[in-house]
Amino acid sequence: MELEVRKTYKLYVGGEFIRTESGRYDPVPDAEGQLLANVSRGSRKDLREAVRKARAAQPGWAGRSAYLKGQILYRMAEMLEGRAESFEELLRETRERTAAAARSEVRAAIDRLVYYAGWSDKYVALLGTVNPVASSYFDFSVPEPTGVVGIVAPETPDLLGLVSHLAPVIVSGNAAVVLLSEKYPLVSLELAEILATSNLPAGVANLISGRKDELVPHLARHMDVNAIADASGSKSLSKSIAEDGAVNVKRVKRYAIADYFAEEAQGLDFIEAFTETKTTWHPIGV
Amino acid sequence: MASVKEEREARAEAVRHIEREKPALEFGSAWEYSPAPESRDHVRLEERYGLFIGGKFVAPKSKKYFATINPATEEKLADVAEAGAADVDAAVRAAEDAYRKRWSKLKPADRGKYIYRIARILQEKSRELAVIETMDGGKPIKESRDVDVPLVVAHFFYHAGWADKLEYAFPRHAVSPIGVCGQIIPWNFPLLMAAWKIAPAIACGNTVVLKPAETTPLTAMALAKVCEEADLPPGVVNIVPGAGETGAAIVNHPRVKKIAFTGSTEVGKIIQRATAGTGKRLTLELGGKAANIIFEDAPIDQAVEGIINGIYFNQGHVCCAGSRLLVQESIADTVLQKLSDRIATLRMGDPLDKNTDVGAINSKMQLDKIRELVACGVEEGAELHQSACAIPSKGFWFPPSFFTGVAQSHRIAREEIFGPVLTVMTFRTPDEAVEKANNIPYGLSAGVWTDKGSKIFQITSKMRAGVVWANTFNKFDPTSPFGGYKESGFGREGGVHGLRAYVELS
Repeated sequence: MELEVRKTYKLYVGGEFIRTESGRYDPVPDAEGQLLANVSRGSRKDLREAVRKARAAQPGWAGRSAYLKGQILYRMAEMLEGRAESFEELLRETRERTAAAARSEVRAAIDRLVYYAGWSDKYVALLGTVNPVASSYFDFSVPEPTGVVGIVAPETPDLLGLVSHLAPVIVSGNAAVVLLSEKYPLVSLELAEILATSNLPAGVANLISGRKDELVPHLARHMDVNAIADASGSKSLSKSIAEDGAVNVKRVKRYAIADYFAEEAQGLDFIEAFTETKTTWHPIGV
Repeated sequence: MASVKEEREARAEAVRHIEREKPALEFGSAWEYSPAPESRDHVRLEERYGLFIGGKFVAPKSKKYFATINPATEEKLADVAEAGAADVDAAVRAAEDAYRKRWSKLKPADRGKYIYRIARILQEKSRELAVIETMDGGKPIKESRDVDVPLVVAHFFYHAGWADKLEYAFPRHAVSPIGVCGQIIPWNFPLLMAAWKIAPAIACGNTVVLKPAETTPLTAMALAKVCEEADLPPGVVNIVPGAGETGAAIVNHPRVKKIAFTGSTEVGKIIQRATAGTGKRLTLELGGKAANIIFEDAPIDQAVEGIINGIYFNQGHVCCAGSRLLVQESIADTVLQKLSDRIATLRMGDPLDKNTDVGAINSKMQLDKIRELVACGVEEGAELHQSACAIPSKGFWFPPSFFTGVAQSHRIAREEIFGPVLTVMTFRTPDEAVEKANNIPYGLSAGVWTDKGSKIFQITSKMRAGVVWANTFNKFDPTSPFGGYKESGFGREGGVHGLRAYVELS
């Protein structure tokens, strides 16, 4: 009999797989309630470290060409495709799902990555404008990334929900700090292995597992986080995120998505929400 | 090698030297201008203004009135009703009624026609409006006449045309209005801010309750009359003057669906907290501390004019003012000398005089704030340079000023002064300029001066700011989206992007 080599699930911060500095853990049961693995219970300090890494990585990522960003997102889809079976298996283990349901979630996650990969070099043309001002200037507006975006991922679907919010945030050149599904963090942490092997620069996507009640307020109040995608699905949590976000005028976008498999769960609006419009005036003359 | 302190002292000495010497350009005394005041004869002000609710001027339920004064003379211009919570409630109900029964049912093209009418009437009354604006707010008549009022008209004219074309702005979406919009505006561009708020809101089919600032309500009241004259359906535009409490009543009113606020970052944060979890839509246009970056290859004389326009336009009461000058070290002495010469030629005085460059500070309160920050700058060790222009005996005045020897950490380099006070810092490399420009919680605007095209686009793209002017400053247009990054707020006003704040998409 072959002895299984078990996996240690760690946080993904600054391109590295690290344990929480706090040394805390939470047991994650499988669908039958048996211990499946222990995951790091991320701390405020982990979160701050993730924001620091995200801030450092963001300008370089935003500076990559749209073509390259698209290829990197596409490669994530390729990597996920290659490991589809193991993701399906883990989905079935962590949440009691049929093979068909697990398969369908992985397929949808792959499709969503391909979808946003294709947006990388198109959204600027659709969200940008040339403005016919009444004076002698060439005046144009373009979307630029908002900066560091905190994502509060939905509890379920853990994989598709994470991908649906992470992809549109990073495709425009933002860096993300994600608080993962608290109840089902394993598949999300597994996704870190996809991110790490897709040439996504370290620090662009940081994944933190832990308790939302503890971590969300720190994310919402962090002075170096520019925006929050709030898919927490909790009314009280959303209210506190919106209130706390005012501390540095965060852009807080709340999502209440009934069906992540539906076409409404993707679109240009998901990208636009985390861009800023910059207008440039340039004189015309000789 | 000289220490930083020695260098700074040497530079300060050089500037003091420049100031002791006669200015290289001698405009001030050799060319006296005769007074050229704009006539006030054609302006009719009422003694007392009511609230504009449901298409009528009504007495306030609060029974309170406040005086609005001319900040250049301290004379009282009129008494204006102050809206209390009950008045705000009445205005919101009138707006809701108008929204349900009339405005949202109107053919979009007809909405547009009303707004075109408003634009045309404003054009007819432009001289009168400019004079009232200058009397009530203290800004030079040449600015209210040539900048504020023409832009006001342009904003209505531009948005009128959107009324029946909104589906083109939002492809793949069904577009509908939001409902009653509460709009709170500042005192620096009273009528222009009213136009920025009202024109897109009503073009998109909403109705509004607008609160002008307590020191500058008169042009908003004049705009109310224009709406009346245009036969705009009653209740589409409601105007409720007042101070912070009136604003809070608007923000917290449960039937207001959207809040648009222009003002300080401090108040903006309070509003953001107050609307959290209520489902109200929000756009904020807040403070700024813009970097104006002058590279050594810039056209220097033009750049100096840009610096002047950037910070002394409207007495520096401009959220996007170029209040932090970043000048490349190699040309710092030349630029500072020219700046020193130039501010000596700025004419400060009667805002109604057509030759006046710098008018009155909007209020005693604002003057105190400017003085406090300037005193702090001196205390922190920066060197103050001021125009020696005469200061009128009455009214609120602050001469054009700039600080040298400023460190990034000084309050005058970090806080919005909102007055005619520039802080000057230097840099050596483009990277340093970018770093210093962005090292601030604000991100409303920025300026970049260089003759090299590729450099312009490199630097403008690195500015974390919503509006970037290359080789110009403080330019505005209704087609051009305006708004901030970071703590300067969110949402845009103007252009296609500005419509987004006033529509519901599904």
